[in-house]
Amino acid sequence: MDQVEKRRKKLKKKAIYARKIKRATHLLFYRRHKKPGVKGWELKKRLGSDYPKVLGILNSYLENLDLQVKTVFEEEPTVEKPTLEQLDRARFYIVLRGGITPKESKMMGWRIDDIAGLVTAISYIISKKGRAPREEIEKLLIVKLPGWRVDINMNRYIKSGYLAEDENKQLYLDWRTRAEIDQKLLVDLLLGIESSKTTS
Amino acid sequence: MPSKRQKKKLGTEHLQRVIDLCKSVEDKGLDPFVVDVNDIIRIVREYFPEWESPEELCLDAEAVHELASLIKLQSDWVKHRSTSLYTDPFLLEEKIRKMSKVELATLFLKVWHPIIELEQISPNSLIEAIKYWQNLIPLNERWLKTAPSEIETGTATREELLKQRILAEKSFSIELEAFWEELKQKTGNKGKIRYWDFVGADTYEETINRAYMTSFLITYGYATLEVHRLEEEMFIKPYQKPVSFLGKKQLISVPVSVSVDEWTKWKRGEKN
Repeated sequence: MDQVEKRRKKLKKKAIYARKIKRATHLLFYRRHKKPGVKGWELKKRLGSDYPKVLGILNSYLENLDLQVKTVFEEEPTVEKPTLEQLDRARFYIVLRGGITPKESKMMGWRIDDIAGLVTAISYIISKKGRAPREEIEKLLIVKLPGWRVDINMNRYIKSGYLAEDENKQLYLDWRTRAEIDQKLLVDLLLGIESSKTTS
Repeated sequence: MPSKRQKKKLGTEHLQRVIDLCKSVEDKGLDPFVVDVNDIIRIVREYFPEWESPEELCLDAEAVHELASLIKLQSDWVKHRSTSLYTDPFLLEEKIRKMSKVELATLFLKVWHPIIELEQISPNSLIEAIKYWQNLIPLNERWLKTAPSEIETGTATREELLKQRILAEKSFSIELEAFWEELKQKTGNKGKIRYWDFVGADTYEETINRAYMTSFLITYGYATLEVHRLEEEMFIKPYQKPVSFLGKKQLISVPVSVSVDEWTKWKRGEKN
């Protein structure tokens, strides 16, 4: 009798989590605000206080599809073991787990020039401790891009949320860079290429 | 051997130069390690015994303060360099110049994990939209409905306008002055009256009207409110002459509920 009761309880719990995962998928995949992604407190409100567990299960489901749930701490540096309060303040996105091929990037509407300009701007800002004058970046881009494209591209990066500009024409890394780009790996790869080029 | 005055002059110049140097490093974002901190400390220490006047000591303090800011910049610089994100900007700039567009883009694709997001209409929202469309009246019909209907012109008497409250019986200022006189009369020698005893009337409509007029009496400086929070009592005190507090005192708003319940309580005598 106890066995039956236990099984029933287990099935009930499973059904609850299945419902929560579906709800989390809807929340995370469909854009509901101006910016994509969902804040931790919103997930808590819709899924309950065990939302980190729900996201964990969803994440393991998404692994097979080469997707993952990404947590971005907006007001604080990335933390290894975040507290519930820190998670409530964080923003959650669904991002591609692996990299994409140049062919795929074309399908996404990005020309190779646009991507090269973006990586140049981002890595330059990283090297300048997260802030660099727009003029300096434009000078760097104009070496390889036609002048008329530089301004268009810079505005596109800002509009898409990769970069932000203040009233003093200083550029910063914005929310989309924090969500989509592995900055540490970018620096490592750039340095790796440098060392391999110098050694060869 | 320079005289004491000459040494002071030289020291002041040195300190001013130290301050300017530290400030320029901070403002222009230069490498803070270009400044030799030990050398600056030596200069500050060398001239310190010469300072006597408050101005000289202030200059010395300013130099020490700027030096402390510079040391903080050096500390931040070291911290940033020790992080995994540090790359030498000059090295990086050179490397970017050397790399081709294809190389740069290929490298970026390795670290780029774009956000997956959908902006799609669901079957439910389609059904809602169809329902809305079906109930939506064509524009030409809607415009017809909103067109103003023609009304024949006629004349209105003063009494009719008074009834519709388009015209007031007396001008507002005269009405307010009369109300003030009534308040002064009712307070008599006591100098104050309970709020509800003054505002309360036989009908609720009249009570609202009196509360409205009272609020103007207080706002325009004809009277003031005395609030006893613990006893939950409120009194109105008339001034003998209107007082203006504009620009002299911080004005505060006191919300007073004049609901039907409150009015009924007052009528029953529960408010006394």
